[in-house]
Amino acid sequence: MPDTQALVMTFLTSLKNATARQTAELLRSVISQQRVPYTNQAGALIDAVKAVGEQLIAANPVELAVGNIVRRVLHIIREEDLSLTTAAIGELNLSAVSDDENDDDRDGNTTLSAAAVAAAARSTLRPPSLQTLLEDTPVSAAVPQTSSSGAADKSSRSRKLKHDVIEAVNELIQDIVTCHEQIAEQAVEHIHQNEVILTLGSSRTVSEFLFAAKEKKRSFRVFVAEGAPRYQGHLLAKELVARGLQTTLITDSAVFAMISRVNMVIVGAHAVMANGGVIAPVGMNLVALAAQKHAVPFVVLAGSHKLCPLYPHNPEVLLNELRSPSELLDFGEFSDCMDFGSGSGSPLLHVVNPAFDYVPPKLVSLFITDAGGHNPSYMYRLIADYYSADDLVVQRRAIAGN
Amino acid sequence: MDSRRSSRAVIDPKVRQVGFFTSAPLPPDRTQSDPPDPIRSPPLADASSPGNSLSPVMIPPPRHPSDSLLRLPHSPSDAFPPPSPTTTTTSLGDFSDDVTAASSPPPAAARVRGRGSSVKQQGAASSFPGGGFEVPPSVKAPSSVPASGLTTVSVVKLPPGISVEVQSDRALNSKPLKEKTSKAERRAIQEAQRAAKAAAKAEGIKTPAVTALANAKSAKSTKPSPQRNDSAVVVAASEKKGGDRSVEKDRKKDVPHPRMQYDDKSRVQKLKKRSVVKPTEARNRVELFRHLPQYEHGTQLPVLQSKFFQLDTLHPAVYKVGLQYLSGDICGGNARCIAMLQAFQEAIRDYSTPPAKTLSRDLTAKISSYVSFLIDCRPLSVSMGNAIRFLKSQIAKIPISLSESEAKATLHSDIERFINEKIILADRVIVKHAVTKIRDGDVLLTYGSSSAVEMILQHAHELGKQFRVVIVDSRPKHEGKLLLRRLVRKGLSCTYTHINAISYIMHEVTRVFLGASSVLSNGTVYSRVGTACVAMVAYGFHIPVLVCCEAYKFHERVQLDSICSNELGDPDSISKVPGREDINHLDGWDKSENLQLLNLIYDATPSDYVSLIITDYGMIPPTSVPVIVREYGRGQLWI
Repeated sequence: MPDTQALVMTFLTSLKNATARQTAELLRSVISQQRVPYTNQAGALIDAVKAVGEQLIAANPVELAVGNIVRRVLHIIREEDLSLTTAAIGELNLSAVSDDENDDDRDGNTTLSAAAVAAAARSTLRPPSLQTLLEDTPVSAAVPQTSSSGAADKSSRSRKLKHDVIEAVNELIQDIVTCHEQIAEQAVEHIHQNEVILTLGSSRTVSEFLFAAKEKKRSFRVFVAEGAPRYQGHLLAKELVARGLQTTLITDSAVFAMISRVNMVIVGAHAVMANGGVIAPVGMNLVALAAQKHAVPFVVLAGSHKLCPLYPHNPEVLLNELRSPSELLDFGEFSDCMDFGSGSGSPLLHVVNPAFDYVPPKLVSLFITDAGGHNPSYMYRLIADYYSADDLVVQRRAIAGN
Repeated sequence: MDSRRSSRAVIDPKVRQVGFFTSAPLPPDRTQSDPPDPIRSPPLADASSPGNSLSPVMIPPPRHPSDSLLRLPHSPSDAFPPPSPTTTTTSLGDFSDDVTAASSPPPAAARVRGRGSSVKQQGAASSFPGGGFEVPPSVKAPSSVPASGLTTVSVVKLPPGISVEVQSDRALNSKPLKEKTSKAERRAIQEAQRAAKAAAKAEGIKTPAVTALANAKSAKSTKPSPQRNDSAVVVAASEKKGGDRSVEKDRKKDVPHPRMQYDDKSRVQKLKKRSVVKPTEARNRVELFRHLPQYEHGTQLPVLQSKFFQLDTLHPAVYKVGLQYLSGDICGGNARCIAMLQAFQEAIRDYSTPPAKTLSRDLTAKISSYVSFLIDCRPLSVSMGNAIRFLKSQIAKIPISLSESEAKATLHSDIERFINEKIILADRVIVKHAVTKIRDGDVLLTYGSSSAVEMILQHAHELGKQFRVVIVDSRPKHEGKLLLRRLVRKGLSCTYTHINAISYIMHEVTRVFLGASSVLSNGTVYSRVGTACVAMVAYGFHIPVLVCCEAYKFHERVQLDSICSNELGDPDSISKVPGREDINHLDGWDKSENLQLLNLIYDATPSDYVSLIITDYGMIPPTSVPVIVREYGRGQLWI
């Protein structure tokens, strides 16, 4: 697996602009190149993915989408394993009955394997419960005995598992690619004629959403807040204008002044947390507060890969990234009035340039994901569909596995 | 009432004079009857100054009285000498004549006597503008004094100018003055106001932006007959009803004039004809802001420069200030106001009345033309509007008998006084108040660059308070950078960030200090765009928001949003990010009809977000703004 290692390394260096899709593709190649032992393929795959995932997450913990994808791939492996195991249980029951009578020598082995299969089935079938969480035994440790029986069907099963997992990961990649379209399909349900929409910064999801409504012959105007210091809003404004939408570009400071004339705020998100809070480009909390003050609906568009199963704690600090001050001030600009030699050693001037804002769930009116529209309070349930509880903490398991 | 006044006979006038500090004192009185007096009056002023300096500065001038004041003081000498009221028949003289005619005999008698003692009386009168200057800001007592001042005024209900006379009169005769006097005088005042308002209205059509107090036109309509003086009592009685009605009318007229709406085509056409700058209309105008002027930026400057030698009507100082507004070299409410007033000072100094014209009328017209030029360069701020109103009222107050040089000297000192008292001293008082709100260990957040806030921070630093400053800045002006530079130079510990990160930085902030371009009478703070965002986030974090604003920037207008009235800046500065050449997505945007760039200059902060407004009258909640505007504002604006 040195080749995957190389892949991981190049990915890590390019993680600055990593997307969920790239992560999924990387993990797919990790899975496909992973040599699966005859026994316990699922465990081996999970371990491999976790090891890589841990590296990815550690490289940029704020890039939550990467962690999300790692968890979803783990979830996929578990799901596939589960479905194969349930199928195997049915077969095994039949074979166990037939074996039982003619071959005593293999008796113990079969019963053991049957028990192991049952245990494996139990562990995978069981819904996440406190007991599974507390049983800190890694799945890889629990599964080993699983399939020590029947070499013939084993090999086919192992191939099948890997094949199924890769198939499912492909589906996931497809989902990520098409999530914009799926979200955009819902645009006409939310945008009416002559609507005035405000957005901040630029998001592919948002622009697709607006284009979709425009293509359905809805005419509406868009206010774009430029989203300093990245000024992505300029880009969005250009795209919208190219599509023939009435667009007004405003500074971020004018958001409060203009929000009273806006019918709806539609924004993209960096990540959606399990409590319904949103990690979004900096300045978003300002928009959300202003929207709440004027009772303007605040709608967040997010593909399902942006749904993060974690609950945030102090997200403004812990899930934030402080970018270079040079985006706000030129380094040379203030060198003349900085007196480094004197004083207590702490510089007089600090420049704060965070990349993200946290919007608490109470300020969000609606989430539109590729699975439809949802309330912030429902996000935790939606998220539970995509992830298995065992994977919530990737690092710890991986360390335990190592 | 009587007893109270008699007991305070000595101090009272002085208190009022000092209180008159807000409004313009009685320069006409002084300048008119002792024209050569600059030399003579100082000793007298000195004589009265000790009491003066002791007395609280902040007695509010009664509002109606002060209104009338501009005419009454000079009316006695001008119009009263019975034989020849009409010989000096200029419109102004007539007008004031009318005012006195409306008042009843007792004051008339008082005046006659007052004239006898004119030296003394006028000495006192002349003393107090000086007194107003000399009083250090520290003497200004905060809110408690105004309160008492208010009661006095409401009891006495006499215009200060009159009361001065009355008391000097009593001093001579020790004959108690009756209430009747004041009533009659009040009626006279109302009449005067009505006439003034009518005049203002007539003038206002011409110069919509500034309500001028020119009285020329209305004077004709109210032209009195000489014998009215004789039958003054009758007239007063007969005018009682009219006077009552006029109060109502006055109230109605208190409503500020509607602003120029730029979607009104006919008026825009008219305006264009007059304007010097001739800006080209912006192509992609924002639909929502059709009512505001939206011009191509950058086009006016070269045009203006080329026109320099054709603009012979324009004083070079005014021209210079206009260019500075246009290029943005001077910005900020106070700086713009001071620059404008100083330019006017120079213009007035070089002014000479054309033959066959009167100074007050011609100079008013002149100032109006300057103002419209300045409006062309950049729309007036509220502070400038108020200052212009003050100046015009001062011009209108100049008595006709005054020689030109004296009148000019008077105006010069009036302007000087306005700058000193309303801006410089007011800022010092604000600093004094605000510093009490800064404690050790505080983290103070400020937005943009406000001159008042900067002074507060520097003063607190000089006092040795340990605090940190968070400077929040915004595109496209980046005013905060300049403030940051100045504060870092002074050794203050600063944190700099953009307004986007306000929610991030607000966690560590303990106080928010904001400047304001104006405070409107519904408590709305009208200030640089983004102020509302900062106040909103601070409110969300339960952090007190303190707005620092001089009282001369208060305005009786009300506003609910930032759209109905605003100013639009250069749209190109939105699409370009200085120092970031990679942001060039919008190069060539103007080809597209669909794209508009909106560069708002101001926004309106709802009063809910404001915890406190620090002004030269003390620290008040936003709900008290209308009180200040009512009790102090008119004195200053309408004198």
